[in-house]
Amino acid sequence: MIDKTIASPEAAVADIFDGATVLVGGFGEAGSPIELIHALIDQGATQLTVVNNNTGSGEVGLAALIKAGRVAKMICSYPRTTNSTVFPELYRAGRIELELVPQGTLAERLRAAGAGIPAFYTPTSVGTPLEQGKERRSFEGRDYVLETGLHADFALIKCRLADTHGNLLYNKTARNFSPVMAMAAKTTIVQADRVVAPGDLDPESVVTPGIFVNRVVAVPHPAYESELVAQGVSYP
Amino acid sequence: MTHTASSIGLSRDEMARRAALDIPDGAYVNLGIGIPERVAAYIPAGREVIYHTENGLLGMGPSPDAGTGDPELINAGKRQVTVLPGAAFFHHADSFAMIRGGHIDLCVLGALQIAANGDLANWSTGAPDAIPAVGGAMDLVAGVKTIYVITQHCTKGGEAKLVEACTYPLTGRAVVDRIYTDLAVIEVTGDGFQLVELSPGVDYDYVAERTAAPLMPIADEGRET
Repeated sequence: MIDKTIASPEAAVADIFDGATVLVGGFGEAGSPIELIHALIDQGATQLTVVNNNTGSGEVGLAALIKAGRVAKMICSYPRTTNSTVFPELYRAGRIELELVPQGTLAERLRAAGAGIPAFYTPTSVGTPLEQGKERRSFEGRDYVLETGLHADFALIKCRLADTHGNLLYNKTARNFSPVMAMAAKTTIVQADRVVAPGDLDPESVVTPGIFVNRVVAVPHPAYESELVAQGVSYP
Repeated sequence: MTHTASSIGLSRDEMARRAALDIPDGAYVNLGIGIPERVAAYIPAGREVIYHTENGLLGMGPSPDAGTGDPELINAGKRQVTVLPGAAFFHHADSFAMIRGGHIDLCVLGALQIAANGDLANWSTGAPDAIPAVGGAMDLVAGVKTIYVITQHCTKGGEAKLVEACTYPLTGRAVVDRIYTDLAVIEVTGDGFQLVELSPGVDYDYVAERTAAPLMPIADEGRET
């Protein structure tokens, strides 16, 4: 019988190893799996490469992971956000590496990796500094840049509703990168506000099919970055 | 705003209102962060425009009333928004397929510099201590059918933003179609900047002096619109 549920965030992230590439869902605080990230901080894995659209805010969630010195490299499209101070300080001090990727290219690199596509051509970034070092090719008179799929060891994502097979439904714009991250990682770890039995989800409404998901942890009433920042929380 | 000659030309809201006049009924539109966001408030009555936000929503509505928002219902600027009837949520790869695949009709963005050939620089000044951040701007200019720019005609220091060639790092090459500034509406043509409309109280020479590239004057008749 398939049951992907895991008892706790701690158990779900226990095997994340030093030097792993970890995809972290979310766009700003929408969809950020804060409880899984905090469990990863407690677990202690370091020298991580982390992929997220941003770099977190305040000193909770992703920003706390960066502040704890666990992230060697960030791959993201927009490392500056309101209340984002941890990453800029480390970056200016030369203590964290940044790979800047246009947002749509980031999403497509993840989708491609999950779909068995090693590389693809995109018109995005042609003629800009972000094209440097990449192959250019013309199709029907227009120039494109070659981008490669972005594979990862783990994905940490958040959803509203899951079943024990790992079928997922999200909350509004908290969906963002999570479905393509679930595809691109060897091991996808999900925190769900609620976990139900197979058959309780309408198959027509499933957004991420369970085949892309390995572990599901129930985290009722997850925290939001903005609330924790407003409370002055600094994790741990 | 304190450094600009604020008595001459349009205010930020007037610029947004002017650009809104040119957004056609039924268009799928992506609005950039800042002044472009204000365009939504000025769409003429009788037109229906569907707003796309690249973080996964078509059918975006205005900000929620105080206390009714959801921190997971936000726009690309990470501000809380609402959904209108007929809205749809989707993931990031689908969202940028809409953009890169040419399905979004029009995008309104801000700018640091625009060149006479339509090159746009709007993501980085290239300053050595700056944290580089691009977001979705390069995808938007590469994929959306029509690109409008709303910007002050000059920087706060009085330097021209409409130039012969951009000195800041580019967002995209030859991508801008129209520019709405405090002083004028300008079309980017194959031959360079074409003046389309002057703001009230502004004459051609005033705009041309503040444009660091040739500016073709308004033709009386037969003007391409």
